[in-house]
Amino acid sequence: MELLLQLVTLFVLAMFIGREILSKVPQTLHTPLMSGSNAISGITIVGALVYAGMDGGSLVKWIGVFALIAATINVVGGFMVTGRMLEMFKKRPTD
Amino acid sequence: MSSELIINVVYLISAILFIVGLKRLQSPVTARTGNRIAGLGMLLAVVGTLFLRQILTPAEMIAGLMIGGFIGALMARRVKMTAMPELVAAFNGFGGLASSLVATSEIIQSGADQNLAAFLSVFIGVVTFSGSLIAFLKLSAKMTGNPIQFFGQYIVLGGITLSIIGSITWVFLGGDPITCLWILTGLSLLFGVLIVLPIGGADMPVIVAFLNALSGLAAAATGFVLNNTALIISGALVGASGIMLTNTMCVAMNRKFWQVMIGGFGGDSNDEESGKLVDGKTITSTTPDDTAIMLSYARKVIIVPGYGLAVAQAQHQVRELAEVLESMGVEVKYAVHPVAGRMPGHMNVLLAEANVPYDSLYEMDEINHEFESTDVALVIGANDVVNPAARHDKSSPIYGMPILNVDQAGTVVFLKRSMRPGYSGIPNLLFFEPNTRMLFGDAKDSVSELITEVKAV
Repeated sequence: MELLLQLVTLFVLAMFIGREILSKVPQTLHTPLMSGSNAISGITIVGALVYAGMDGGSLVKWIGVFALIAATINVVGGFMVTGRMLEMFKKRPTD
Repeated sequence: MSSELIINVVYLISAILFIVGLKRLQSPVTARTGNRIAGLGMLLAVVGTLFLRQILTPAEMIAGLMIGGFIGALMARRVKMTAMPELVAAFNGFGGLASSLVATSEIIQSGADQNLAAFLSVFIGVVTFSGSLIAFLKLSAKMTGNPIQFFGQYIVLGGITLSIIGSITWVFLGGDPITCLWILTGLSLLFGVLIVLPIGGADMPVIVAFLNALSGLAAAATGFVLNNTALIISGALVGASGIMLTNTMCVAMNRKFWQVMIGGFGGDSNDEESGKLVDGKTITSTTPDDTAIMLSYARKVIIVPGYGLAVAQAQHQVRELAEVLESMGVEVKYAVHPVAGRMPGHMNVLLAEANVPYDSLYEMDEINHEFESTDVALVIGANDVVNPAARHDKSSPIYGMPILNVDQAGTVVFLKRSMRPGYSGIPNLLFFEPNTRMLFGDAKDSVSELITEVKAV
């Protein structure tokens, strides 16, 4: 119970930090913000790694492998596409 | 030092890198390094987990990483900027899927666990997945963008909601967790499908932002299952980001979130009759020739892009037209409404791809007072976001929505394919005003012709 309370505290504080930081993101970057934060939500990958790396051919392991594939698509694709978009927001050399 | 302690320190560093990375998204100048910093945080978390957790059989794991990495990279590289809304929807879905599968593994692994967080995580994750799948299909036009509603929809949805609550309660009353898990998964899949089906095209920015929030909350819920601080912090950050965007989109449409979720608003197109809806008023159509002359002799032109611009893929032509006009001494600015397009920031990405400098894109509040001093407002593929009915017509479904004041410009030129209404299906009285000109045709062709004509002036 005490652990749960600590984790809830962490969750609530992180929400506040997120709100503070992200409400200042300009409209022009809202799409990269979505794809970038979405890539961060792929952090589930660390959970998936543990199950995918388990011993034996159990159901749990295979679900873990599947989760790992989905999470990796999310992480790799998310960061790459965000990077691609942000490249376009570079100032042009003539400016 | 125990490996458990080290890994928590690693996760803390990752979380800090995520926050620093996201903070740098506050400006286009720092955003690129921000994305790299957040990526570094992710890499650190993955490498730390690999080294410090007991990974017994790495073969399948490496295969999983490679397959996922390959698919993700391929999708990210090949996507067209106009297809960005559906890609974001797809990635949200994969995130939700991953979170729900991790929670599923945990429930099976630990057996008879009465773990509320685990079931919640399955629920949120699966709803994110199936909801995103429908959003993806709608956005990529693989299914109709119109709201899909059927008789008794809300009774069915209510029944599913009650069954979901019931199945979770059942576990805590001694039911079999594994049976419950499968029932819950099935119900959640249906739930996600049913909440997105009634959402029309015009409301898609809200739903994409909402699914983004859910993908974060799913990760956070999984964090509670695994007692993993990295997941909780990152999930909360993403959840906050998605909620903030959802809220911004709702405010920009003057609609409450629940009104959006009820759906039925804003199909992709319908009612060809709308041109006739206004008795005794006629429209004035114009030619590229006349419009070009008007643009060339203007002092100031504001371009208002909408979803039609994305559909016609006319962003490069628009940029070229703006450059030609600028070279003739015309001041050109872009006015971007927050809900123009199919996701937050859609128009900005599209125009950035066409090399339009981001500092000539203006948000609604920054530019609305400038229409009065503008000679020509060039509206390309936008409609509802410039419809004055939002200001004064209390019976209009978009009443109260903040709009771009294009009607205050000297002349308004609408580039439209035909006389059909906007995505909300509402006729736009501005079409019939004396200072409005309609330039019919495919936006890309029309703008190309404008470029030729302007050069010839």
